Amino acid sequence: MMRRIHALLGLSGMLLLMVLAISGAILSIMPAWDRAGAISPPAAAMSVADLAGRVAQAVPEVEELKRLPSGRIVAFHGGTDGPAASVIDPASGQAVMPYAQPAFERWMTNLHRSLFLGDGGRLAMAAGAFAMLVLTLSGLQMTARRMGGWGRILEPARGHGVQRLHTDLGRLAALGLLLSTLTALYLALATFEMIPDGTSKRPAFPVVTTGGPALPAGQLAALRGIDLTELRELTFPNPSNPDDVFHLTTADGAGYVDPASGAMLAWQDYSIAHRSYELVYMLHTGEGLWWLGLLLGLGAISTPVLGVSGGVAWWSRRRAHARFAGNIPAGDADTVILVGSEGGSTWGFARTLHAALTANGHKVHAGPMDHLARSYPAARRMLLLTATYGDGAAPASASAFLKRLDEIAERPSFPVAVLGFGDRQFPHFCQFARDVEAALRQRGWPALMPLETIDRQSSQEFARWGEALAAVMGETLTLTHVRERPRTHKLQLVARIDYGAEVQAPTCVLRFTLPKGGLLARLAGRGFPRFAAGDLVGILPPDCDVPRYYSLASSTRDGFVEICVRKQAGGLCSGFLHGLQPGDTLEAFVKANPAFHPAGGGKPLILIGAGTGIGPLAGFIRANRGCRPMHLYFGGRDPSSDFLYGSELAAWLKEGRMISLATAFSRVKGGGYVQDRLRADAERLRELIAGGAQVMVCGGRDMATGVMAALTELLAPAGLTPAVLKAEGRYAEDVY
Amino acid sequence: MKSLLLALVISTALTAPELAAARSVTLTTTLNNYGGDGAYLALYVTDAAGAYKGTLWVAGGKSKYYSHLSGWERGSGGNLAQISGITGASVGAGRTLKVTLDLADALFDAGYKLHIDAAVEDMRDSPSDVVVPLTSAGAGQPVKGRNYIRSFTYGM
Repeated sequence: MMRRIHALLGLSGMLLLMVLAISGAILSIMPAWDRAGAISPPAAAMSVADLAGRVAQAVPEVEELKRLPSGRIVAFHGGTDGPAASVIDPASGQAVMPYAQPAFERWMTNLHRSLFLGDGGRLAMAAGAFAMLVLTLSGLQMTARRMGGWGRILEPARGHGVQRLHTDLGRLAALGLLLSTLTALYLALATFEMIPDGTSKRPAFPVVTTGGPALPAGQLAALRGIDLTELRELTFPNPSNPDDVFHLTTADGAGYVDPASGAMLAWQDYSIAHRSYELVYMLHTGEGLWWLGLLLGLGAISTPVLGVSGGVAWWSRRRAHARFAGNIPAGDADTVILVGSEGGSTWGFARTLHAALTANGHKVHAGPMDHLARSYPAARRMLLLTATYGDGAAPASASAFLKRLDEIAERPSFPVAVLGFGDRQFPHFCQFARDVEAALRQRGWPALMPLETIDRQSSQEFARWGEALAAVMGETLTLTHVRERPRTHKLQLVARIDYGAEVQAPTCVLRFTLPKGGLLARLAGRGFPRFAAGDLVGILPPDCDVPRYYSLASSTRDGFVEICVRKQAGGLCSGFLHGLQPGDTLEAFVKANPAFHPAGGGKPLILIGAGTGIGPLAGFIRANRGCRPMHLYFGGRDPSSDFLYGSELAAWLKEGRMISLATAFSRVKGGGYVQDRLRADAERLRELIAGGAQVMVCGGRDMATGVMAALTELLAPAGLTPAVLKAEGRYAEDVY
Repeated sequence: MKSLLLALVISTALTAPELAAARSVTLTTTLNNYGGDGAYLALYVTDAAGAYKGTLWVAGGKSKYYSHLSGWERGSGGNLAQISGITGASVGAGRTLKVTLDLADALFDAGYKLHIDAAVEDMRDSPSDVVVPLTSAGAGQPVKGRNYIRSFTYGM
C-alpha cells in the first residue's frame, strides 16, 4: 500500500516536483549570494537614529529605509528621473550604488510559488509540497521497514544500483525535505489566510501628534534606542502631509514616531502568530540564515535524482511484475499468491501457478511476501511460494514477512498453503519455508494443505503439488512449468591461470572481457549490469537450462569478469569452464549478492577463505583503493601448486591494499587448515573483532563449519560469538 | 455626506437604479514598468481637510496585504465590510486598471480629493501615490503619480 502511494505520487507528480525542487534549489543559493554582496556593517554599534540622520543628510529626498535580510540597507528616494532606490553605506549614509530588485530572483520566486498562474498555481505548488511530504514520509517508512525498524534507519542499506542510490540519497535528503515541505504548507495556508500570520496587524494610527517643527532625524529619541541590526523598515513622513509621522518596523514590532517630539506614539509587539510566521518563513527561505538555505538546497537538488532513480526502480520492479498477465489487486482476489524469492526463479513458478489458476476462472493476485496485507477481504485461499536464503534466512522479497505476520492479530478465515523451494544438497533445505509454516501454525492460521518442498526447481514435483492443490480445491489444474532462461550476455575468455593439478585439485582463475553494451542498451536496462566482488555470475553451459553460480572475483571498475573454478569430478559446468581456451565465449548473467559485500566504513576486514573461496576475497582486496585495513587468511593444499593469486597477493601487500596475509597448507610438512591458523592468531583476531572488525568467510561447507568453530572458541573470552557478530552484520559467509 | 456614501455603495451594485444626482465616472489608472509583481491599489476619497470619506476601489485579492496601503488603512480602519464588492485583482506593471462607477454630483467642485495608495511586494509602499482634486474641469486631464502610477485620469 505504502509502496503504491509512493510510486503513484512520485510518478504523477514528477514534473511538478522537479520544477518545485529545482527552482527551490536555485533560490536557496540566494541568501548566501546576497550575503557575499552585502556591505560590511560598521564595527561599532549604530542606532536607527544615526542611520536615519546620516541618510537624511546625504539623500535629501529619502522616503523609506529598508534593511534587507542580508543586512544590506536600501533607501527609496526621489531622483532626477522620478523615484529611485539606492544601496546605502551605513557608515556614511551615502548612496553607493543604485538598487534594483533582482529580476531573476523574482522570476524564480514566482515560478516556485505559483508557476506564474496566480492562486491556481499556488494551490498546485502547495499540492506539490504536500505530495513531497507524503513521499518523504512514506519513503522513510519503507526504508525503516526494510532495515528492520526505525532504530536501524541509519545503517548501511542492502540492495544494488538505482535502488540503493534511491534509498541512500533519500535518507540524506529527508531532513531538508521535511523542513522544506512542512514550512511550505504552513506558508501556503497563511497565504490563503487559513491560518493567521499576524502580518496585517499594525498598531492603531495615533490621533494626536504634538505638531511643531520636525527634529532632525538623527535626534529622534525613539529611534536612538533601536540598534541598526533590529531595523526592518523606516518610512519618513510624507512632506505634503503635515499630519504624517515616521512608520517604523523592527524585528520585534511596529510603531509610529512623532517627527516633532521624537517620541514613540504607538507601539505594538508582534503577535505570536506573526513571530511564528516569520520563523517559518526564515526556515523555508534561509533568508538571513544563509547556511540553512544551502542545507535546504541540498535536499531540493537531490529531488530530481530521487525522481529519476525512483522511476527507474519502479520500472524495473514493474517489468518483473508485469509478466503476471491480468494480475488482480490484492483486495479483489479470491486466490492470493505471495512469493519469497532471492534470485527470481521462484517468481517463474508463481507465474505458472498464476496463469493456471486464472485460466480456471479465479481472480488471482500475486506479489512479494513482504507485501503481506492485514486483510484480504475477498480471499478464499493463500499460497506462499518461498525459497530460502543462505543458512535458512529469508530471501530478499520475504525479509520482512515474519515481522509483518507478527503485526496481524486476527486469524484469517481462508486457509494457507506453503510451498518451499530449495536444494537438498544444502543442510538447511527449505528452512525458511519450514519457519514460515511453523509461524503460521503457531498463530493458528488454517492450513490448506501440508508443507511441500520442491528440490532444485523440479518441474515434476511442482506438477505433483499442483495435482494435490487441485484435489483440495475440487478442480482440475495442470501446472506445466517451463524454466525461463534469464537474459544472458556473451563473455569472452581472455586469460586463464591454472593451479592445483599436482595436488588433485585442478583449479583455474578465468578472466573474461566485460561486454560493451551501448548507452542505449544500458539505459533500457539491457546492458551488462554493474557488479562488485562477492556478487554471483550465473553461467549456462551449452545445452543446459539450469545455471550454475560462481562468486565474482572482480568488480565493474576492474573492467573484467573474473571467477575461480575448481574442476569437480563429473561436473558439467566446471568441466565446460575448464575446457575453455582464450577466445572462447559463453553465456552468462549477473545475480546480485548483497549479503556478501563488505559493510561500509573503515573498520578492519578479516577475510577467511580456502581454495576457490579466495575469489571474492581477492576481489575485495583488489578493489580496496582506500587502503582499509584488510587481513587475509588463506588455506590451500600446497604452496607450490594451488596458492591461488599468490603473486597478486604479494603485490597487494606491497601496495597497502592489504595489511597481512596468513596461509595454511594442508599437504606440506607441519601444515594445517586455515582454522588452525586462526587459532594460532587468537589474540590478534580477538583484538581486531573487539575493535569492530568485520569477518567474511568464503569456501566449502566443511571449511566454513571449521572456521565458525575456531572463532567460537577464540572469541569466547571476549564474550562474543559468531552468532552475535552475524546479528550485527559483522559476520558474512558465502558457502558452497 | 450621506449622499456620497450612498452613491459609493450603490456604485457597487450592478443593478444600480438611475440616480438624478449621480454621474457615471470612469477611473483609468496606468502603471509604470517598475519591474515588480502586481501592485495593490486603493482608490479612495478625502475631504478638503484630508479626512477619509469613502472607498471607490481596491485592487488586490488578499486582505492581509492591505495594511501596506497605509493611507487607506489609516482612513478606513481597514474595514473589509466597507469594500465588499468593490475589489478586484492586483494590477501588473505597465498595465491599466479601468473602473466605472456612479459618483454623486456633490463630490465634484467641492474640495474633495481622490487618493490612490499603491504597494508592491518587496518594494516600497507608496501611500497617496496620486492625489487629485475632483473637479469638473480636471476631468480627462492625466495626472502623474509619485512612484508606481504613470497616469491617472477620471472621465465623465
